[in-house]
Amino acid sequence: MLLLTCPNCGPRNVSEFHFGNEYNPRPADPAAVSDDEWVDYLHLHNNKVGVQTEWWHHGTGCGLWLLAERDTKTSEVLRTYLWGQNGDPETDSEGGSES
Amino acid sequence: MSLKLFREALAGRERLPRMWRQHALKDSYDAVIIGGGAHGLACAYYLAKDHGLTNVAVVEKTYIGSGGSGRNTAIVRSNYLTPEGVRFYNASLTLYEDLARDLDFNVMLGQRGHLTLAHSDSSVITMRRRAETNRLVGVDSRLISPQEIAKLCPDLDLSDRPRYPILAALYHPPGGIIRHDAVVWGYAHQADARGVHIHQNTAATGIDVENGKVTGVRTTQGRIKTDTVLNATAGWGTIISDMAGVKLPMLTRPLQAFVTEPLKPFLNVVIVSGSLHAYISQSDRGELVCGGSVDPYASYSMNSSLDFLEGLAGHLLALFPCLPKVKVLRQWAGLCDMTVDYSPIMGKTPVEGFHIDLGWGTYGFKASPICGKTLAELLATGRTPDLIRPFRLSRFAEHDLVGEGGAASVGH
Repeated sequence: MLLLTCPNCGPRNVSEFHFGNEYNPRPADPAAVSDDEWVDYLHLHNNKVGVQTEWWHHGTGCGLWLLAERDTKTSEVLRTYLWGQNGDPETDSEGGSES
Repeated sequence: MSLKLFREALAGRERLPRMWRQHALKDSYDAVIIGGGAHGLACAYYLAKDHGLTNVAVVEKTYIGSGGSGRNTAIVRSNYLTPEGVRFYNASLTLYEDLARDLDFNVMLGQRGHLTLAHSDSSVITMRRRAETNRLVGVDSRLISPQEIAKLCPDLDLSDRPRYPILAALYHPPGGIIRHDAVVWGYAHQADARGVHIHQNTAATGIDVENGKVTGVRTTQGRIKTDTVLNATAGWGTIISDMAGVKLPMLTRPLQAFVTEPLKPFLNVVIVSGSLHAYISQSDRGELVCGGSVDPYASYSMNSSLDFLEGLAGHLLALFPCLPKVKVLRQWAGLCDMTVDYSPIMGKTPVEGFHIDLGWGTYGFKASPICGKTLAELLATGRTPDLIRPFRLSRFAEHDLVGEGGAASVGH
């Protein structure tokens, strides 16, 4: 049974969460990107074997959206954190301008 | 027991005829198919049979049929939701109907009838829509009432006791089950007999691309010079496509299944319930072959889990209250390459010579023959057959998706 640590609620069974796919930041100005870049954002996945950053939604819990670093081969969850926090350069670089 | 078999047994293992031979890897082939499953082997067979192309290699990481082809719940049907889907899967089922004769190998096709149960009004409407779409394309499907369901499957709980009572069903008489391993072996045997080289324990490690064209495939047994490659690796599809620099809209999710101990024959039809995320059939050995929906997150792990077993068993008991004491023998998982519209991705890619037959998710096995045939035509002639044009990779950029979520599988 996979346990995810919700930043609000603590360690909970994965059945309380909904998988939100790989972390893929939305282009800051959707009108300014090329069609290929938009398709990349909308549809294309990395789907790599190994640790990836991904979204989870604590749907049947507190409703929080959180990020997790999980190994797709072993399912080991390295850490979970909130977007924009925890000093993570990749997710913090979006600033707070995301809507 | 045949006299030939008896004689061969006495003569010792060395005398037994081989279904497919072992060859040394050549340093060049006209075409290389990466992935030795039903799709890859079917493509190799039709390349040889329909187009006379026999200088072909199938490279398989472990043993043929070790991926989804060996792990599915062996259901074949053509009762899909979109006209393109119905046409496509029906072409496949038609090939399956003649496959034993074609391959001279018993694939044990049992077209016993396939029921998709409806547990809600909206579900009944979808089943009706599927029935009508099927009939428009010439496929036999119809909506039936609980009284008719009871005649086909008396052990189903058709009372109002279950939480989601059965209101109707989509009855598809040509649907049924098949021996999935036999399909792999039959295609391998016939492809090999026609001169195709099947290389097991040969993993692709890289794809050479120069000026936007494929020039070779690197494997653990050596490098192959070729300008035509097919990626038929299902759940590992993006790993191979990354080697060619092609990014795909697919996510890999595990799909589990289990079989029970053998029981006396009582279930003559294939039962599927979309609402309950469950499907069940009884094999020729008497085992109940049971499956459900994909694991809830992307993963390359093929472990089975207790929560899957508990969940599926609970749903199956709601359908068949006679089964609580039946023992589960074996549980396993395979990897499914899931796309956003539950339709496959077939055909050319931006890299010339690099073709894909992917995105088959949880519904690839039943399409093996037609995939092999159409992709063989593409590889041999360079023209994309009309039947697979709706499944092109560019449809995502063109926003022309083929939405088969309502009929491709369960529980999505």
